[in-house]
Amino acid sequence: MDFDLSEPEQELAALCRDFAQREIAPVAAAAWEENRCPTEILEKMGKLGLLGLLVPPEWGGIGMTTVGFVAAMEALGVADQSVASAWQAHSTIGSLPLLLFGTDEQKERWLRPLAEGTALGAFGLTEPDAGSDARGIATRAVCRDGGWVVNGRKAFISNAGTDMSFGVTLLARTGEDDRGAPQYGSFVVERGTDGFTMGPKMKGIGWHGLDTRELYFDDVWVPDDHLVGDPDLGLGQFLKTLEVGRISIAALSISLTQAVLDLALGYAKERRQFGRAIADFQAIQFKLADIATELEAARWLTYRAAALRDAQRPFMKEAAMAKLKASRTAMWAASEAVQIHGGIGYMLETPVARFFCDAKVLEIGEGTNEIQHLVIARALGC
Amino acid sequence: MNVVVCVKQIPDPAGTMKLDQSSHNLVREGKLILDESDSYGVEMGLQLAEQAGGGEVTLVSMAPNSETSGLRTALAMGAARAILVSDPGLAGTDALGTAKVLAAAIKRAEPDLILTATESTDGYTGTIPAQIAELLGMPSVTFSKKVTISGDNVTVERQTEEGYEEVEVPLPAVLSVTAGVVEPRYPSFKGIMAAKGKPVDELKVTDLGIDGSAVGASGARQEVTAVTPAEARKAGEIVTDDGDGFQQIISYLERIKVI
Repeated sequence: MDFDLSEPEQELAALCRDFAQREIAPVAAAAWEENRCPTEILEKMGKLGLLGLLVPPEWGGIGMTTVGFVAAMEALGVADQSVASAWQAHSTIGSLPLLLFGTDEQKERWLRPLAEGTALGAFGLTEPDAGSDARGIATRAVCRDGGWVVNGRKAFISNAGTDMSFGVTLLARTGEDDRGAPQYGSFVVERGTDGFTMGPKMKGIGWHGLDTRELYFDDVWVPDDHLVGDPDLGLGQFLKTLEVGRISIAALSISLTQAVLDLALGYAKERRQFGRAIADFQAIQFKLADIATELEAARWLTYRAAALRDAQRPFMKEAAMAKLKASRTAMWAASEAVQIHGGIGYMLETPVARFFCDAKVLEIGEGTNEIQHLVIARALGC
Repeated sequence: MNVVVCVKQIPDPAGTMKLDQSSHNLVREGKLILDESDSYGVEMGLQLAEQAGGGEVTLVSMAPNSETSGLRTALAMGAARAILVSDPGLAGTDALGTAKVLAAAIKRAEPDLILTATESTDGYTGTIPAQIAELLGMPSVTFSKKVTISGDNVTVERQTEEGYEEVEVPLPAVLSVTAGVVEPRYPSFKGIMAAKGKPVDELKVTDLGIDGSAVGASGARQEVTAVTPAEARKAGEIVTDDGDGFQQIISYLERIKVI
C-alpha cells in the first residue's frame, strides 16, 4: 500500500499550490464579493495545462491520474472554493462526456478547446422539476430535418454563461422504447444557437464566484452531429461521469476542511482571552484535533476512490462514500471553525465565513447526500 | 537567435541564510532555487527567440554539488538546454573567477546574445555582466529595460535614474536585464515535465580549459575580511504638517530619488 504521490502528481500539486497562493488567493475575496466568475484566472490556468487535467494529451490535455486530480484540487480549493468548483465542473461533467462518448470529430471540435483551456465546459442535467430524480427530466429532443429540436429548461447549470463558455452539453428525453420506458440523449448546444437563452447569474449561499444559471431551450435545432454518444444510452453515460464528479466534490470538500482547519488553528494561536492564546484551552484544542482527524479520514476515503478509478476497478460505492463523508465533514468543520473564531468568524469579510457559506452546497451538488446513501445501501445489497 | 542566459541558483531567500564562520561566504548547501532576478533574463531571452522566429535559449550556471533545481525551473519556462559548471575546485571563487568560468562556458554555446541579471540576490556584486563582456571581448550594456534586435545589431533602452537612454551595439553582446521589465511566465505542467528530460551538460573546470589555480579560493583576489550585522531599523522620521505637508513629502521623495 503506497500513500505517496508519483512524481508527476507531486509536480502538479506543487504547481497548483504555487498558482493558488500567487494568483487565486489575492483576488478570491473580491470576486466572491462582486458575485463574479473570475475567468481571467481560469484562462491563466488553461495556459498552464490545468483545464485539461483528465483529458489525454492526444486531445490537448495532460492525461493526469484521478489521484493527481484530487491532489490538484486540494491545492486549489484551499485558496478559493468558487474557482475550484468552476474548475472541477469543467474538468469532470463539462469535459468527460465528450471524452468518453464523443466521436473523434466531436472531440476535435469541442473537447480540444476545453482541454487546451480556451473554453469552459458545462453540462446540463438538473431541471426545476428534476434533480435527484434524473429520469424525470422534461427537456425533450425530437428528431427533425437531419437533426434534433430541443425544448426545455435547465436549472443551476455551472459555467454556461461566462465569457469563456462554449455552450452546454445537455441531457434530454428522446422518446420511448418498445416497452414505453423513456430514452435519453446528450446534445451539444453552442452559444448563440437560435432559441438558446439563459437567465441571469444566480446568487447562492456560497460559491459566489461560480457562474450558475437557468438555461432555456425554445425550439433549438442542432444537427445530428451534435448528438453525443448512443442515443439509447444517454442517461447511463451521463451517470457514469457523475461518479468521477463525486470524487471531485469529495476533493473539493477536503480542500475546504483543510482551509478552515488552517484558519482556525492560526486564529486560535493569535487570539488571546483570559491572558492566554485560546489555543491553550482544551475546549479549542479538542475541536481542532477533531477537525484534523475527520479530515484525514475523509482525505483517504477520497484518495482511495480515486486510486480505484485509476486502477480501472469499480469505484462507485467508494466515490459515494467519499463524497458523503467529505462533504459532511466540510460542513461540520466549517461550523466548528467559525465557532472557534467567535464573533469575527460570523462576519462575511473573514475568509472562514466565506468557506462556511461555500460548504453547504457540497452536501447537495453532484448527487445529494441522500442519493449517496442510496448508492451505498444498494452496493451493500439492500 | 540563440541566446545564452546566465542564471544563478541560490538558497531560498524565504529561508534562513547562514554565513560560513571562517570564509564569511554564504553557506550554499541543500536545495537551491532559481534566483528570481534571473527569471526576467530567461523571459526576455525566450521572447527574443520567439520574435526572431527561431533559435533557442541556453542557460549557463555555476553551482556546487551538481545542483540543477533552479535550472529545471528555467528549463520548465522554455529554455532548451543548460550548461552547468560544478566542481569542488570552484569553492571560494570570487566574482572575477566566476566571470572567467561563465565566459568559458558561454563560448561553447556560441550565442548571438548573452543576457544576465543586473546582480544576484545573494551576492549583489553586480560586476559579473561587465566582466564577462570584457573576457569575451564583446560590448556590454547594463540595466536593459527594452531590447530590440535589428539585423546584426541590438538596440537597448537602458534604465537611468532620470529615464532611459538608447544604445545600439553590434551582436554578440552582453546585456544585463533590469528586474521587473518583463513578466516571467509561469512554467506550465507540460513545461515542468518536459524540463526533466532537457539536456544539462555538466562540466568541470578542466573541461573549460581554465587553469585551476585561476579560480577557487586560491585564485580569488577578492576576500571578505569581516562581516557586520545589519544596523537595526531606525525609527521613522516624523514630519509636522504646518500646511506644507505635501511639499515635505515631495522633497523627501525627491531626496531618495523615487520621483
